[in-house]
Amino acid sequence: MVLSSPSPLTPRATAGRSRATRSGWSTPMGVITLVMLGSLAVLAVAGAVLWGQAADRPDPSAVLRAPTASHLLGTDHLGRDLLARLLSATWLSLLPAVAATLLGATAGITLGSLTAVVGGRARRLLGALINLLLAFPALLVAMFFAALFGAGAGGAVCALAVACAPGFARITQTLAAKVAGTDFMAAARVLGLRRHRLLLRHVLPHIAEPLMLNTTVATGSALVALSGLSFLGLGVQPPSYDWGLLLSQGLDRIYTEPLPAVAPGIAIVYAAVAFQLLGEMLAGAAARRVRPRQSEEPALHPARTGVPEAADHVLEVEDLRVALPTAEGVVRPVRGVTLALRRGEMVGLVGESGSGKSLTALAIADLLPDGACATWGTHRFLGTDADSLSRRERRRQLATGMAMIFQNPASAFNPSLRIGTQMTEAVRAHHRTPRAQAVEQALAQLQRVALPGGRRLLRSRPFQLSGGQRQRVAIAAASMMRPDLIVADEPTTALDVTVQRQIMDLLHGVRRDDATAILFISHDIALVADACDRVLVMYGGTIVENLPAHELATGARHPYTRMLVASVPDLATDRDHPLHTIEGRPPDPCGTAPGCPFHDRCPHRVDRCAVESPVLSALDPEHEVACWQPLAPAQFHGQRETEEAEQ
Amino acid sequence: MREEAEAGLALYDVTVRHHGPFGPVTAVDGVSLEVPRGTTVGLVGESGSGKSTLARAVVGLDSPCAGRITVGGREYRGRRAADRRRLGQQVQLVFQDPDTALDPRMTVRQSLAEAAGAFVRLDRRSREQRIGGLLELVGLDAGCADRVPRQLSGGQRQRVAVARALAVDPAVLIADEVTSALDVSVRAALLTTLRDLQRRMGFAMLFISHDLAAVRQVSDVVAVMYLGRIVETAATENLLRGPRHPYTRTLLSAVPSLHAGRRPVGEPLLPGEVPDPASPPTGCRFHPRCPVGPNRRPERDVCAARDPQQEAAGQPHRAACHFPYPADACPPHVVSVHQNADGDRTPRTPGDLPS
Repeated sequence: MVLSSPSPLTPRATAGRSRATRSGWSTPMGVITLVMLGSLAVLAVAGAVLWGQAADRPDPSAVLRAPTASHLLGTDHLGRDLLARLLSATWLSLLPAVAATLLGATAGITLGSLTAVVGGRARRLLGALINLLLAFPALLVAMFFAALFGAGAGGAVCALAVACAPGFARITQTLAAKVAGTDFMAAARVLGLRRHRLLLRHVLPHIAEPLMLNTTVATGSALVALSGLSFLGLGVQPPSYDWGLLLSQGLDRIYTEPLPAVAPGIAIVYAAVAFQLLGEMLAGAAARRVRPRQSEEPALHPARTGVPEAADHVLEVEDLRVALPTAEGVVRPVRGVTLALRRGEMVGLVGESGSGKSLTALAIADLLPDGACATWGTHRFLGTDADSLSRRERRRQLATGMAMIFQNPASAFNPSLRIGTQMTEAVRAHHRTPRAQAVEQALAQLQRVALPGGRRLLRSRPFQLSGGQRQRVAIAAASMMRPDLIVADEPTTALDVTVQRQIMDLLHGVRRDDATAILFISHDIALVADACDRVLVMYGGTIVENLPAHELATGARHPYTRMLVASVPDLATDRDHPLHTIEGRPPDPCGTAPGCPFHDRCPHRVDRCAVESPVLSALDPEHEVACWQPLAPAQFHGQRETEEAEQ
Repeated sequence: MREEAEAGLALYDVTVRHHGPFGPVTAVDGVSLEVPRGTTVGLVGESGSGKSTLARAVVGLDSPCAGRITVGGREYRGRRAADRRRLGQQVQLVFQDPDTALDPRMTVRQSLAEAAGAFVRLDRRSREQRIGGLLELVGLDAGCADRVPRQLSGGQRQRVAVARALAVDPAVLIADEVTSALDVSVRAALLTTLRDLQRRMGFAMLFISHDLAAVRQVSDVVAVMYLGRIVETAATENLLRGPRHPYTRTLLSAVPSLHAGRRPVGEPLLPGEVPDPASPPTGCRFHPRCPVGPNRRPERDVCAARDPQQEAAGQPHRAACHFPYPADACPPHVVSVHQNADGDRTPRTPGDLPS
């Protein structure tokens, strides 16, 4: 296997340049958060040093003063300056909150993540314990334990830690369960790794990010809760003081003098908001890590244009291009696809993963994911130019004229709706078919796909059916509207061979009875050669060959098609002869190099291939190939010929 | 026979049950199988037939409720961590999906180092040597070592997964659908690599797949599973050329072939649906769908009454069927395989199809 040099997309290469802008700290919200946190940090460190003496100095001459110029918040019952007390209490208010959160988080995360690595019985016990702990309201638990541990800062911190641990345990349990079910965890277990290693190496790194966010936000809540305990007299005890205690003392005279009570309240809210904002910013930064970057426009591959408009063409597409923003930059998986389907024709679209075949299908069905952008040279469906229609008209045309069958029948249906509802909704919406008649139609279609059960089946829900049955229902639903085109995207990949054959026979039946054109997308060349009339071979976002299906095994002219055919293990090929492989890697979908997408893997390349991209051109009326030097047609039809051509 | 089996993997009447929503489901029912050292047994079957459960039971991720599994002649029954570690030294598993089989946060080097150091202490130098050796073994460039899985292609990831499994030098390698998530051009390369590795290292391999062509490439013996039971076991070419069990014949005829020509559109292959494994049919499990069973030939009511497993035991070409096809009766679809495999590579063109 030939390895290309490290791809230019390695995120590390560009991360440094744009870290500040990408993490979002330079936004107004980021600046505000930083300023708030910075001020809290400064006050926490310097407050007690700068104002500590003033805060503890009693002044019998100025007891319970209202706010004045010398005492901005007034004084308390011993004549101590309240502003100085408020500022120097920062330390004692924040530290316990942070300590309580960290203690609680440590306990909770340990408990929760243990569920991922212990055996079944211990896991159930731990889960039950966590559920039990969660059943009690956190604040009540905190008050109970604060009373139990005895009033004081230490007791309050421990009580709060106990109270917030179950919440952490539950979140960790949920997150860790996802990791525990992965294959790499199973592989690590098969390696016999010890539990602590599983925990530290495989579980915790994967769930660290959401847990950190959660801890930050929980600190804000802990601050409020601790202040509450102090306010109730269960927290910090005089002569020590924190914001909660100051609030409690100020409350006695709130009707005569509101500021001594309001000011500690503001301080609590300020700090709590600062922690919440920090959590928001961290979450935002984590989400932004998957934001796309712009990449440069690739060299334009010329696409063939000017396909003659034919009366019996259901679909005509010229020069379709799709751009898709991803974390790695804008990828261009489809780079100039031209295809046409006649009425009643079954055309196979084959290619390896990343060749752009699925996105071509999604673009045709107008189902591209958000952010993806498709451009068309020509796009005619049922003889109407798609550009000439309004969005609404186009949707309607697609809904009535086209149906799509997806690879995974499990996710193609809404699991909460009955089969009958999902089968009949299209005809009822678009053809205004009355309900009873729509149900009759659905029953007829189910009969056709050989699904017994009739009305009982219509009343069932998707999860009650097997994969093969669901795919048959999908075909029945697709043919409800008698569409002119069915796009089937790997409809049998998730199914077994015997079921696959059943599905293929059904598709043949639909096509024969309704003269429906079928665009059949698959990576299985043997299946496509077996089932289709014509095959389009896709590579690197372009169609490299268009040939009759019966010629695929022996008559392919493009080097890629030949090599692909030769690499298929078959029940008929010689076992002792090594299978052919295609050296190298498929082209980078972000790549911008000109030339034929296959040129760097092609054993027949010439100089021209690297600089100029070949256009799909006709060899004979039924056979088109995009290659500067198409291989000579095989003289005697046989696989041996294909092999020679490769060497 | 016992001596032979003791060198590799042997299963005796292994039964595995799952807790289903409506009571226990027997996913693997009384399976006996031998994989001698240095050979590959291909395990074929459709989804739900219990192939993967069997694999998980062998590596200890599921525990069988009956029967014995021996590796190198020893049984590893315990469920303690130490027992698990002893089993892990002997048996390793390669998973189906290379995207999830590797820890996405660990570089290839870290993954391999973890596996290589799982049972033996290695100093830095010998560990680096081992990692280099492993990468070379599976045909990967040394430059891959510092990449994380998402920077590798699917085929490269699967090679890393194979390297990780081989890092402990296991006596038995289980390959669970290792090629089904890969593209066809990469698939061929991985199959070739697996065969070469086995020749060099001599481990016993259980190659699980639903892809008969891939199984044929690597296996010496093929076992066909249906609904938790093995219905036919034979040497690869014998099984493919002369399948004796009706289920194997149906399975073979459903495989599309690029070179054997187009197959006619016909009757559905198997009547009915795959039975619910929670309440399997009595007698032969295939009898309700069997093309030559009691539904088509009423005189064959023994199929519904008696399980054909016992009679078949111990034969070289074992077919658990009361009315097996004779081994030399080639079904029509295999005729083309015959010719091609014998060197006459003329494929059928759609013109000369049997109608």
